[in-house]
Amino acid sequence: MRRDVFKAIADPTRRAILVLIATRAMTPNALADEFDSTRQAVSKHIRILTECRFLKQEKVGREIYYHYNPDKLKEIDKWLEQFRKHWENRFDQLDHVLINLKSDKNEN
Amino acid sequence: MKTSALLMSFSVDKENKKIKVTREFAAPLSKVWAAWTESHLLDQWWAPKPWQAKTKTMNFKEGGHWLYAMVGPDGTNIWCRADYKSILDQKKFTGEDKFCDENGNIDIKFPMAFWTCEFKEERNSTFVNIEIAFNEVSDLEKYIEMGFKDGFTSALENLDNLLNTQLT
Repeated sequence: MRRDVFKAIADPTRRAILVLIATRAMTPNALADEFDSTRQAVSKHIRILTECRFLKQEKVGREIYYHYNPDKLKEIDKWLEQFRKHWENRFDQLDHVLINLKSDKNEN
Repeated sequence: MKTSALLMSFSVDKENKKIKVTREFAAPLSKVWAAWTESHLLDQWWAPKPWQAKTKTMNFKEGGHWLYAMVGPDGTNIWCRADYKSILDQKKFTGEDKFCDENGNIDIKFPMAFWTCEFKEERNSTFVNIEIAFNEVSDLEKYIEMGFKDGFTSALENLDNLLNTQLT
């Protein structure tokens, strides 16, 4: 089942993980050391972020390193930006309708 | 005329599963209200170009609904219906937005959106506050994703291209 990306980034710990990973690839243990929560809790966050493709795994020897996937965040930005533009377009058209309405009916 | 400096705010409140949009219009409240509630006016602006909104039936009263199609440049029809739940004349209306077929039969595969539109006249402008709420965060995500992937993308891509050429 596909994870909800918005829910994934709504969590403050997961956002903190993304910030850490954005600067360098890290192992789950190194990540867990950065937080007060249990290793299990951190690894659950990592799993959710990985399922949403915010993180990419890379195996180096026996260790797994997590990398940040910048494309995923861009994807979200793009959706929202398109959605915003959609509303802007719509409202620009409404502005024109209102201008025509004003000239149709005589204003006081 | 101040058309370029009209206020617009847009935010996605994921925790409360809501999209909030506010826009100022340089027109008196009665006209803005008419543009949002009369089908012959809605048809002129509701769909972003090159799409066109075409009303089949409209009954703007509590319990009534607006059945319309978003018509694409290739003739594609995307049928939608808005069910009006509450109406406070010239102030506020609420409703539910759904996808359906041409007879208004609702397609339950798609998320339902709950709309609240509030209108307020201030100085020489009218402010419209729109809140679109969802049952699930995933519905909000799907709504945003779907709106663009199936329908509006082409229009928006044209705009994106235009903006990109102007920037570079």
